[in-house]
Amino acid sequence: MSEEKKLFKVTIDNITVEVEPGTTILNAARQIGGEVTPPAMCYYSKLKNSGGKCRTCLVEVAAGSTADPRPMPKLVASCRTTVMDGMIVKNITSERVLDARAGVVEFLLLNHPLDCPICDQAGECHLQDLSYEHGKEGTRYEFNRRTFKKHDLGEYIQLHMTRCILCYRCVFTADQLTNKRVHGILDRGDHAEIATYIEKSLDNDFIGNVIDVCPVGALTDKTFRFKNRVWFTKPVDAHRDCSKCCGEVQLWMRGDEVFRVTARKDEWGEVKDSTKGGPGWICNECRFEKKDAKDWTIDGPTQVNRHSVISQGHYVNVVKPKETLPDVMGGRGPKLLMNIHNVSEVNRPEIELSKIAGPAHSDDFKNSLDNGK
Amino acid sequence: MEGLFLSLFTFHFSLFMVPFSEEKLAKVQEIIARYPEGKQKSALLPVLHLAQEVHGWLSAETMDYVASLLQLEPIEVYEVATFYSMYNLKPVGKYMFEVCQTGPCMINGSDDIVDYIKQRLGIGVGETTPDGLFTLKTVECLGACGYAPMMQLGKHYKEHLTREKVDQIIEECRKQAGQLN
Amino acid sequence: MGVKLLLEKAHVEGIRSYEVYRREGGYRAVEKALKTMSPDAVTEEVKKSGLRGRGGAGFPSGMKWSFLAKPEGVPRHLVCNADESEPGTFKDRYLMEFLPHLLIEGLIVSSFALGSNATYIYIRGEYAWIPDILEQAIAEAKANGWLGKNILGSGFDCEIYVQRGAGAYICGEETALIESLEGKRGNPRIKPPFPAVKGVWDRPTVVNNVETLAAVVPIINMGGEEYAKIGVGRSTGTKLISACGNINKPGVYEIDMTISVEEFIYSDEYCGGIKNGKRLKACIPGGSSVPILPANLLLKTAKGETRYMNYESLSDGGFATGSMMGSGGFIVLDEDQCVVKNTYTLARFYRHESCGQCSPCREGTGWMEKILKNIDMGKGKMSDIDLLWDIQRKIEGNTICPLGDAAAWPVAAAIRHFRDEFEWHVKNPQECLTRNYGLANYADPLEVKSEM
Ligand SMILES: Cc1cc2nc3c(=O)[nH]c(=O)nc-3n(C[C@H](O)[C@H](O)[C@H](O)COP(=O)(O)O)c2cc1C
Ligand code: SF4
Ligand code: SF4
Ligand code: FES
Ligand code: FES
Repeated sequence: MSEEKKLFKVTIDNITVEVEPGTTILNAARQIGGEVTPPAMCYYSKLKNSGGKCRTCLVEVAAGSTADPRPMPKLVASCRTTVMDGMIVKNITSERVLDARAGVVEFLLLNHPLDCPICDQAGECHLQDLSYEHGKEGTRYEFNRRTFKKHDLGEYIQLHMTRCILCYRCVFTADQLTNKRVHGILDRGDHAEIATYIEKSLDNDFIGNVIDVCPVGALTDKTFRFKNRVWFTKPVDAHRDCSKCCGEVQLWMRGDEVFRVTARKDEWGEVKDSTKGGPGWICNECRFEKKDAKDWTIDGPTQVNRHSVISQGHYVNVVKPKETLPDVMGGRGPKLLMNIHNVSEVNRPEIELSKIAGPAHSDDFKNSLDNGK
Repeated sequence: MEGLFLSLFTFHFSLFMVPFSEEKLAKVQEIIARYPEGKQKSALLPVLHLAQEVHGWLSAETMDYVASLLQLEPIEVYEVATFYSMYNLKPVGKYMFEVCQTGPCMINGSDDIVDYIKQRLGIGVGETTPDGLFTLKTVECLGACGYAPMMQLGKHYKEHLTREKVDQIIEECRKQAGQLN
Repeated sequence: MGVKLLLEKAHVEGIRSYEVYRREGGYRAVEKALKTMSPDAVTEEVKKSGLRGRGGAGFPSGMKWSFLAKPEGVPRHLVCNADESEPGTFKDRYLMEFLPHLLIEGLIVSSFALGSNATYIYIRGEYAWIPDILEQAIAEAKANGWLGKNILGSGFDCEIYVQRGAGAYICGEETALIESLEGKRGNPRIKPPFPAVKGVWDRPTVVNNVETLAAVVPIINMGGEEYAKIGVGRSTGTKLISACGNINKPGVYEIDMTISVEEFIYSDEYCGGIKNGKRLKACIPGGSSVPILPANLLLKTAKGETRYMNYESLSDGGFATGSMMGSGGFIVLDEDQCVVKNTYTLARFYRHESCGQCSPCREGTGWMEKILKNIDMGKGKMSDIDLLWDIQRKIEGNTICPLGDAAAWPVAAAIRHFRDEFEWHVKNPQECLTRNYGLANYADPLEVKSEM
């Protein structure tokens, strides 16, 4: 008995699992999967020190452990709290949690532009998913939203700071995957922003991974041709021999064309482990420069099982965004797809986004786009 | 190695950057020695204070220089310098009036003092007089609440402010500036 | 006259200098501790004294010291928290400016107890002239053999360094302070691990307030048990109170914690009553973060008993009808003051000082500030008041560090006790720009409203 490694029993929303000591509540919940898993906007299992900041993963600890069954007075961040043997956790079975989480979602959306219809992250944005699942309708915020100009961070990456939720993931990525970090968090409080301070480009071999870790559309791939909403492209798994990285990727294709290359993601939206072991981060060359189907060996279609609007039919009681591309693009068909940044300016000053109840609809933008011509 | 670093920097630094004097460099070494081996990053706040003494503000070049002195990446210095409110990232006047406006000062009339300074100097909050002499800033509690209203002027506090006292302070600054020129 | 343990010698001419301080009996505690006591015995005395942290949280100091991890071969550190930035608080500044050697003496004894060979004083950057005073005192102490190697032949080495911050209230939070001391942004750490296990440079660390560490001197001199006899209940010893606002004699006072709030405000020994003969409207008794109390609940508890200046009595009634001792920043508002405006300036303060790491505090503080500003300017709506309540409720308890709570509590308490004043602002958008609401009806005991 003493030889065996003792596992800890933890009960989350009435479901019990056994996990290794040192496991966080969040990871224990991920082992169960499904609804009992708290949403995580800043934690990223492959990035050391991540988590604890966004507060979306708060849960109630109804009993600390078998040895000390007292409840914890405050809600705790499940991504940074390790389980104890006999711990009882309430996630969606706790009113307090749901209430606090709706609050966090509201806070996160407070200064976030409601430009989902024109955002190129639409469909794979964790914040969009989060607000559908946990948010309340409409905003009670009546002030101007904080805005920033968008920036090019070198030739590959574009930063829409306005959309950033300051999860710090991209900072940890640069620290842990590259040997030299040139971007970071500047200023403090509600003025804090991701930036380089003076114009600098992010060009380390592995810096492209910041795009994959960003939970919202703040860091995007400038080489993504014909940016459009991801649900019009089809993801396939592919690989190539690469001297720098594992070379295992996901190609986002339409017909034979490669629109975009990303790392492969697991059901939590995180970069999957590669078949060679270790997280499957990919290098800039694979990501930005191999846009020809001939560069790749295609393994087959990707199973999409992330909880997101990509996996259609996941939502039962929510209204799915129903605009089709022509709606969004002001009547133009998909043939005319172009870089969305040329036709729409996020947070155009003439569009007062905060006055729009709920996520903005393409109609809100159409008029001003037409006028702009 | 360090010598090479320094000579590299001296030639490319522009107007906004003066490398530290020997004396200041010695001070930097003394500060670094307060911390365990390899923890010279701990010296960042004090060294930025030293750097700010030279020009009254921190240019990007100055911050890069500080980064090189402490063997840090420039972004580490920018992140820190932009976090703390005492580092000026833009040029400021020779005399900076930082008037506290938090609760305890407010109930003792700090708003009136701010208005009066605006009127006397003809500038708004955050602005500098055209002669580059004065900058007016409002700040949050400086730990002098019992001696309110108050402001910070350089290294020292001016407390129990009244209109008359403000006049007097402005006069003194002008006189001192005149003597220096 | 109450007992004075810290400020007894504050008015002795030249007490800032080593000679005078020593002549007045200074450094006896170092002699006693290093020559006759073991480090654990010092900690034991501090435990017996019942001393509670003077930085705001009131955690028993002896217990905190005993939690310090002591792994073999890993250096430990004591860090003195002199960041003092809580609005209404200026007591540590007074100690450091006028009695620097008292702090240095306390630091040497405490460093000995904790085994810290390198001790740091982290002082807020704006107190720019005080490091010179402290460094002078350190140099004098060192020249006289109280610091350096093998102090008094005890085999104990100790150096004290002064580190300046650069303008950030959040660096008063102990893990943010540690980050800042490491030359980083003042982002509070996510706990655990606690500083007692992994603090500065990942070494076990104790962070204590200036006043806490100064109090170690009388504790060692008189013995923990004697110290514990002063005061009442778990509020032992003396406490520095920095009094400000609309009173006749603002300043720093040392009290033993048996006097009533009424005596503190009105007696000539302390605040000397409300300025210009006005009436008392409200008071924030422990620094801006603690709940504001209307006059009636300040002087008497909800049960009608006298309220005293100590930890237990000030918090009697919980947040519904009580407040907290906090950092001892005592802010008095007279009948002419506007609670809405005051709350607005505090909300602005917390928005300005939020580090921005976690979303409820980063976004919520700014939101509350904007709404309060609107109400103050006569642009508020009735629903704003409930909205404010809801926002503060969603910040409180859901953040990484207690700054979120500190931002929420003042707003909650102001609405709880002064809701009619907020409503008056909404209903009288013009009039509220020209005059304040005044004392209205809260000088009389209010019915206790239950939590919303
Ligand atoms: C936002 C915030 C600000 C704080 N500011 C101070 C401060 O300025 N000075 C201080 O001594 N403690 C401050 N504290 C409390 C410290 O975190 C810590 O509890 C204290 O230094 C411990 O010392 P003590 O036990 O001697 O009180 C602050 C806490 C928070 C959450
Ligand atoms: S840019 Fe994206 S990854 Fe970076 S902090 Fe902002 S939201 Fe997080
Ligand atoms: S509560 Fe505020 S100050 Fe504390 S960590 Fe969160 S954002 Fe920073
Ligand atoms: S995922 Fe846990 S706090 Fe962000
Ligand atoms: S409020 Fe102005 S110094 Fe404290």
